[in-house]
Amino acid sequence: MEQKTNGLMGWIDARYPATKTWEKHLSKYYAPKNFNFWYFFGSLAFMVLVIQILSGVFLAMFYKPDTALAFQSVEMGIMRDVEWGWLIRYFHSTGASAFFIVVYLHMFRALIYGSYKKPRELIWIFGVLIFLALMAEGFMGYLLPWGQMSFWGAQVIINLVSAIPFVGEDLGIWVRGDFVIGDATLNRFFSLHIVAIPLILIGLIFAHIVALHEVGSNNPDGVEIKKNKDENGIPLDGIAFHPYYSVKDIVGVIVFLMLFASVVFFAPEMFGYFLEHANFEPANPLKTPEHIAPVWYFTPFYSVLRAVPSIAGSAFPGVIAMGAAIVVLFFLPWLDRNPVKSIRYRASWYKILVGLFVVAFIILGVLGTLAPTEGRTLLARICTFYYFAFFLLMPIYTKMEVNKPVPERVTMK
Amino acid sequence: MKKIILTLLCSIAMINTGLVMANSGGYPTSPANVNVDDMDSLKRGAKVFSEYCLSCHSAKYVRFNRVATDLGMTESETMSDLNNLGVKFGSTMTAVMTTEYAKESFGAAPPDLSLVARSRGVDWLYTYLTGFYADSSRTTGHNNVIFKDVGMPNIFWKQEGVKKAIYEEHEGEKHIVGVEVVEKGTMAPEEFDTMIRDLVAFLAYIGEPNQSYRKSLGIYVLIFLFIFFGVAYAMKKDYWKDVH
Repeated sequence: MEQKTNGLMGWIDARYPATKTWEKHLSKYYAPKNFNFWYFFGSLAFMVLVIQILSGVFLAMFYKPDTALAFQSVEMGIMRDVEWGWLIRYFHSTGASAFFIVVYLHMFRALIYGSYKKPRELIWIFGVLIFLALMAEGFMGYLLPWGQMSFWGAQVIINLVSAIPFVGEDLGIWVRGDFVIGDATLNRFFSLHIVAIPLILIGLIFAHIVALHEVGSNNPDGVEIKKNKDENGIPLDGIAFHPYYSVKDIVGVIVFLMLFASVVFFAPEMFGYFLEHANFEPANPLKTPEHIAPVWYFTPFYSVLRAVPSIAGSAFPGVIAMGAAIVVLFFLPWLDRNPVKSIRYRASWYKILVGLFVVAFIILGVLGTLAPTEGRTLLARICTFYYFAFFLLMPIYTKMEVNKPVPERVTMK
Repeated sequence: MKKIILTLLCSIAMINTGLVMANSGGYPTSPANVNVDDMDSLKRGAKVFSEYCLSCHSAKYVRFNRVATDLGMTESETMSDLNNLGVKFGSTMTAVMTTEYAKESFGAAPPDLSLVARSRGVDWLYTYLTGFYADSSRTTGHNNVIFKDVGMPNIFWKQEGVKKAIYEEHEGEKHIVGVEVVEKGTMAPEEFDTMIRDLVAFLAYIGEPNQSYRKSLGIYVLIFLFIFFGVAYAMKKDYWKDVH
């Protein structure tokens, strides 16, 4: 490749692909010009990752992963004695929930515009892996403050491992490092939360973006912009990510930060959803709380778990269902047989199916925060059934769709 | 198959008991209406807290000097008014009573109160502190509308007077619907109510000492972001004017 830069940049470029990388991924990465609201959430997810890493670094300076000290190091040390510790903690706790909000919306975008379809199957698979890693990160992080919900929430989830036939008991002990959740569990969760899983997350996000930049971004019309290029090989409907989308995403980031700051400064507990009230009481293995609910971002899957009846007193079928609810996402690119990507040009009734899917998912989420009743369990079962039917019947119904004509070029509506 | 049906029935039964358990203690809370920015209320609450609560309870995450700074009290004021044990100014609030003695007397160590306003909520605290009623079946002579068979004695009975519970029968079960004073206390009802609200306000404050500052800072952060938004939006518009 001929070198275009000189001076210091030229010296660097002769030794390291600085300008090349900048151009490949930013200034000469051509993204479709018709991105809408839904396309903010990718950059926002990255923004939240940065918030979590930075705030996490400072929290780890004052946090003590010891069952005798953990709660105090958070509630006295960080929240009271450390200068600005309360702010950093609220950044981190609000960031955890924000991460899931942003990622759920990002995934919904992929669903409606068919961003998982050929040639973007690997981007989607890396994405689902990121989602899984994020769930592990959230779950382990939640144990660290060592409050009542930290302890009992972890107890419920680790007991699910124990529900696996034959090996469950031993597996549970292996995960906990003890017969009960204790110091060994807290220490390993701390290590996994601050080292192992963040590394995995960053690696997966890297792969996610590399795959995206290889094939190019999808768009709300679901048409491939690379099909129509000008004489220089630049897509006619593409605009350089930098400066066009960098300046646009800054606007998105500020709007996001306004909402984020509103929670951090005015409602950090978010009415018990981001920081559960019972978690302001130190973990007490002898006192089971009246109602154990996982944090909101796990509740849809927790509902699926509870909706499936146990067999012979074992919750294992529920565990399988909960796992399947996530695993089924990996197969989405092959379950959907409709060649049209964007929901804009698919059958109207498919829009209704997607709408119902969102409703079912939200209902499952709400039910997961509540204690089960007969009526609620029935509702959870209906929603769980719909959740799986939506995905598993896809190969049949997506073939029956009558699509609308897909435009050749992107539209700016 | 029989097994499956049986487990299904069992799980339904379990869900029902779970429901009943979740509903127990469903006494409605009354709004506490506390203001953590009212320094006079907080100071009065602090005094009540050290006089009554700190005898048995601790607030082990709360430092005297921090309370003094936040409430605008001098060191000598704080040491004489709040610091029963005469510990150092920078020390945390420990109970006068030892944990061992408390366990012997009440069966369980009284919980630390540093975060009680955050775990229980101010409305619950207000309802609890005004919800004691005479119950001869209890060793303390009192029971509580929102915390059944609580181990804590009704420490304010002299001031508040003696109350009795009002029951209502519902589907063969007796439920408490309220309390009424049967023996007047040394304080007028409004006076007592103010004292409890001051105390709850102080508990709310120690639950999160930064809360007032947090909110006031938040306004500036939002103003900054709002201005930043204007600039960023104008920049976006300008860059995008050639995109059609």
